[in-house]
Amino acid sequence: MKTLFGCLIVVLVMVGTAWAVNPSEKLADPVAEARAEEVGKGLRCLVCQSESIEESDADLARDLRTIVRERVVAGDSNQQILDYVVSRYGDYVLLKPPFKSTTLVLWMGPLVLLGIGILLAFSVFRRRQKIEPDLLSEDESRRLKSLIEKDKS
Amino acid sequence: MTRLAYLLPLAIIGVLAVFFMIGLGRDPHLIPSVLIDKPVPDFALAALPGRGDSGLSTADLKGDVTLVDIYGSWCIACVEEHPTLLAIKKSGEVKIHGIDWRDDPKRGAQWLREKGDPYDKVGLDPAPGRTSIDFGVTGAPESFIVDAKGVIRYKYIGPITPQVWTEILLPIVRSLRK
Repeated sequence: MKTLFGCLIVVLVMVGTAWAVNPSEKLADPVAEARAEEVGKGLRCLVCQSESIEESDADLARDLRTIVRERVVAGDSNQQILDYVVSRYGDYVLLKPPFKSTTLVLWMGPLVLLGIGILLAFSVFRRRQKIEPDLLSEDESRRLKSLIEKDKS
Repeated sequence: MTRLAYLLPLAIIGVLAVFFMIGLGRDPHLIPSVLIDKPVPDFALAALPGRGDSGLSTADLKGDVTLVDIYGSWCIACVEEHPTLLAIKKSGEVKIHGIDWRDDPKRGAQWLREKGDPYDKVGLDPAPGRTSIDFGVTGAPESFIVDAKGVIRYKYIGPITPQVWTEILLPIVRSLRK
């Protein structure tokens, strides 16, 4: 079982993510290419929606990859490139939504829920500690006594 | 108080369930455009070969309300909306300009010859489709209503059907003319 598990992990590590970037699209400069990939991984493919443009095979994703690379070569900063795309497609195109008033619930919601959960757990546990065990009634302790005495004799 | 505390998680799940139910019923491809009420992007596109116009540029979208349709001969849903576009042209209600997105020039020209040509002017936007991306295109067909000042006022995603035209687009075109 352990070996099987080990094999599985090795295979999973080896597989990695299959990027859709065609070798011919890549920039010759590895530093610029790395930056283009970093920006592209944060941009949603508008056709498939759950993939980044770096992962998607859609034509529109390829076009956006091309444009991101052109901007990297032109010397735009990562933020300038993201702004360029967001000004056309809105925040939706960012796979990591920005932190602002309209996304407050999205960012803070889980924390608030976790807080409520912790509070609830505390109050439940504290109450449980306070409960004292039910003592035997007089009748029951008398029976217990007689049972023990019977056992001894 | 203690009873209420036990009901709280249930209440939270209930609220979330309502949100998710609403979310499930929505089409994730209908992304609201950020370009509404913004001027059309600056562009100048080349003409389709043999069509006899000079292509399409920003200047063509000023002076009167226009409908700008991003389409392509490769796009199946565009075939679906084509008869409606021809009918709109016949009605004379509004000029339709076409942006032929990621298309082969010859195939694009042939497609219009075969299926009829509803467009006033057509601009070719070859890959990587810079002008279409400036319009925030997510797929074809997509149509924009542009007012006389060249400001984008409405975006419709998907094929225009007779119902979409009479119930959504035509009322907007008419109200912009007032």
